[in-house]
Amino acid sequence: MSSSAPLSRRDFLKVSGLALTIGFVLPGAGSRALAAAPAPFAPNAWLQITADDVVTVFCGSSEMGQGVLTAIPMLVAEELDADWARVKVVQAGAHQAYANPVMRTQATGGSTTVRAYWEPLRRAGAAAREMLIAAAAEGWDCTPATCRTEAGVVIYADGRRARYGALVAAAALLPVPAAPALKHSQDFRILGKPLPRLDTAGKIDGSTRYGIDVTVPGMLVAVMARAPMPGTKPLRVDETRARAVKGVVEVIAIPNGIAVLARSYWVAKRGRDALDIEWDLGTMSGLSSAAISATLDDGARNADAVAKVAGNVDALAGQAGVLEQRYEVPYLAHACMEPLNCTAWVRAGEVEIWAGTQSQGPIQQILAKIAQVDPARVKVNTLMLGGGFGRRFAPDFMIDATLLSRAAGAPVKLIYTREDDMRAGYYRPAAVVRFSGALDAEGKISHLKADIGAPSIVAVTGFMKLPESGVDMFAVEGIADQPYDIPNFRTAYGRREPGPQVWFWRSVGHSQNIFFLESFIDELAAQAGTDPYAFRRCMLQGKPRYLGVLDLATAKAGWGQPLSAGRFRGIALAHCFGSYVAEVAEVSVEPDGTPRVHRVVAAVDCGMTVNPAIIERQIESGIVFGLSAALHGRLDIRDGRVQQSNFHDYPVLRMEEMPRVEVHIVPSAENPGGIGEPGTPPIAPAVANAIYAATGKRLRALPFDRAQLKLRAVS
Amino acid sequence: MITLSVNGQSRQVDVDPDTPLLWVLREDLKLTGTKFGCGMALCGACTVLVDGKAVRACQTAVSAVEQRAVTTIEGVGTTRVGHVVQNAWSALDVPQCGYCQSGQIMSACELLARIAAPTDADIDMAMSGNLCRCGTYNQIRAAIKEAALALTGEVPR
Repeated sequence: MSSSAPLSRRDFLKVSGLALTIGFVLPGAGSRALAAAPAPFAPNAWLQITADDVVTVFCGSSEMGQGVLTAIPMLVAEELDADWARVKVVQAGAHQAYANPVMRTQATGGSTTVRAYWEPLRRAGAAAREMLIAAAAEGWDCTPATCRTEAGVVIYADGRRARYGALVAAAALLPVPAAPALKHSQDFRILGKPLPRLDTAGKIDGSTRYGIDVTVPGMLVAVMARAPMPGTKPLRVDETRARAVKGVVEVIAIPNGIAVLARSYWVAKRGRDALDIEWDLGTMSGLSSAAISATLDDGARNADAVAKVAGNVDALAGQAGVLEQRYEVPYLAHACMEPLNCTAWVRAGEVEIWAGTQSQGPIQQILAKIAQVDPARVKVNTLMLGGGFGRRFAPDFMIDATLLSRAAGAPVKLIYTREDDMRAGYYRPAAVVRFSGALDAEGKISHLKADIGAPSIVAVTGFMKLPESGVDMFAVEGIADQPYDIPNFRTAYGRREPGPQVWFWRSVGHSQNIFFLESFIDELAAQAGTDPYAFRRCMLQGKPRYLGVLDLATAKAGWGQPLSAGRFRGIALAHCFGSYVAEVAEVSVEPDGTPRVHRVVAAVDCGMTVNPAIIERQIESGIVFGLSAALHGRLDIRDGRVQQSNFHDYPVLRMEEMPRVEVHIVPSAENPGGIGEPGTPPIAPAVANAIYAATGKRLRALPFDRAQLKLRAVS
Repeated sequence: MITLSVNGQSRQVDVDPDTPLLWVLREDLKLTGTKFGCGMALCGACTVLVDGKAVRACQTAVSAVEQRAVTTIEGVGTTRVGHVVQNAWSALDVPQCGYCQSGQIMSACELLARIAAPTDADIDMAMSGNLCRCGTYNQIRAAIKEAALALTGEVPR
């Protein structure tokens, strides 16, 4: 099916001409409608109800830990008034019916899933509920208004009851209501509850299938020698030793590198390791971290694409008392626990892939072009994702697997080694910011100027365009939209492209810009001699959602209360992806300069909650992700190559470094905000600000440089 | 032919003796619950038990485990400790993406078989070789303590 809009059941029946024996059928939804059993009731792409009362919800979003396989069914089940114990979830295939209403394509990212589907999925559930009521009312010869529903049952005013499962045949005959009414939030009995996740069991007994677990009969396994930088080509390739490895079936060159194919990973990897390749790094052969830093700094110094301006910051130039500082962060890898992989099978006129992907819609289009088939003939099987963080939005691993299958004439499972995953990656951009700021007589910020030098993500997405202003929204977000009441404010962007491929990384531009901004705000608070919490607070008047999280986090953290010896607090604030988060970090610094984060207290306002347990875990998860970057994360470039390769030189947070984390949710009646990403941005500045409180040292780069914090022996 | 004992069953595989146990489990025996994460024994995703001891299957040659009892995530639930640990993981809804959890559970099982009521320091020591990018460490710690309580009736310190 290749329709561009969600098909209603009636439309489908009209098109198909089938009598009422079959419901909405989607690719990948599995075989249904057994001849003997009553047809399931499937009023739309999102759900079906069978005679045994089981409600199956089809989720078109990708599960990468953030909880969509639970949140999506909760949205449907609430308005359906389903019995939650009888709700199942199935990963849907690729189909336009599942296009994310915000992104207008089937994809998972930008913390948009709950925000985007909040209304349409509740309507999908509500429509089914109205049809079930109508079917029951018909049977009882009463009006629907005299019936109500409760956990999978329609109840008539006289006490008669009908299970949803008993109504499926009758309901399937009825028209699908176009505008079903939604509940008032005070009547919710599923939304807002900390229900257990629906995807836990298989993740505990090893039965959940991730992309890397797929087996297709006759498939070859491929391991690639990947080009070290985008666009680099081999000067010379000697395949002799690779082909001599027992079991190697094929060596294939594609634009992104040279692949060795075998019947098993280990043989393919040994073959790959035996390839002798000399790469032509071209203009990137001399590229180094120092050169990149200088290039980005030049971008900041000459930033001329104005993202935001208020008042006039010209008065800052040369004025006494102006604080000027430079901040910087390096490129970062996503380092998902599951190394990237994809299984592809190019057959005559069609392509099928099996992958943990965040971008079913876009990849269908891309692979259709590559294989020159209709997009509807690209079947995308979404498996569980062993982490995503934006990396699995990129198409590279799926394109390469498809090219290899086409060349090999067989199904091919391409697996990146951890080193491939880290070295030939798509990275969080490195960035430099130059700030100037000044205080007024009352000690509030009167002027703030931020000049940002960074590569552009927008320019390399393949599906977005830089606006005429030249401002990449991802490069400036978090600073250009800063919340503080500052009369004279300007943010400008200087795009520079040092070479490494940049991409979306959990919280995108906020991941660095909130570190920059919230650290510099702290510097100005120190200059004003004001408590950092009070300093922020007085510049946020009339902004209750910012104040709500700031006040709750500080109250729960005991801001201003004494701490045990050697511990200090820092605070930071972010608004991103429709949610508000404040975090207070409790930190000590060891004599050797190692910062220890003991406790993090977070407050989040993400509007109405779908599942508070998942919200708490996602904020904690975001904190851990940001803390890994703040304490450890860096990719160094030397001679045009990324130096880090695996977890020994690209460490991530371990159990022994894990702080206690408390997450508090601000009650809200606003529409939901995102939750996968907003926890990440505030942690680095909260810790940096605590380190300053502890040591008087202001660290203006990530990861934190322990050498600067080391106590020098006093002679 | 190499003969292995995996989850109490005798299995024969025809592979190079140097092949890591991880790939024999995943590709030859189709036991895909044991995960590939780093290939260098740095992340713990491939942790299995060999004669009850936690080992990284990515750095263990298949020939080294002949005549020894290999237990994977698919089989650990039949042991008392494994069953209790999996129950605790379920009760606390530990996993997020879940990819590292097989390895986390195997390491936790070895810890609890060795130390009935582990302290926080014991947990740090036993579990710091198992990485989790989703950041489920606090839930893992709580689940280990819950499992310890179920196994011993003793509240861990």
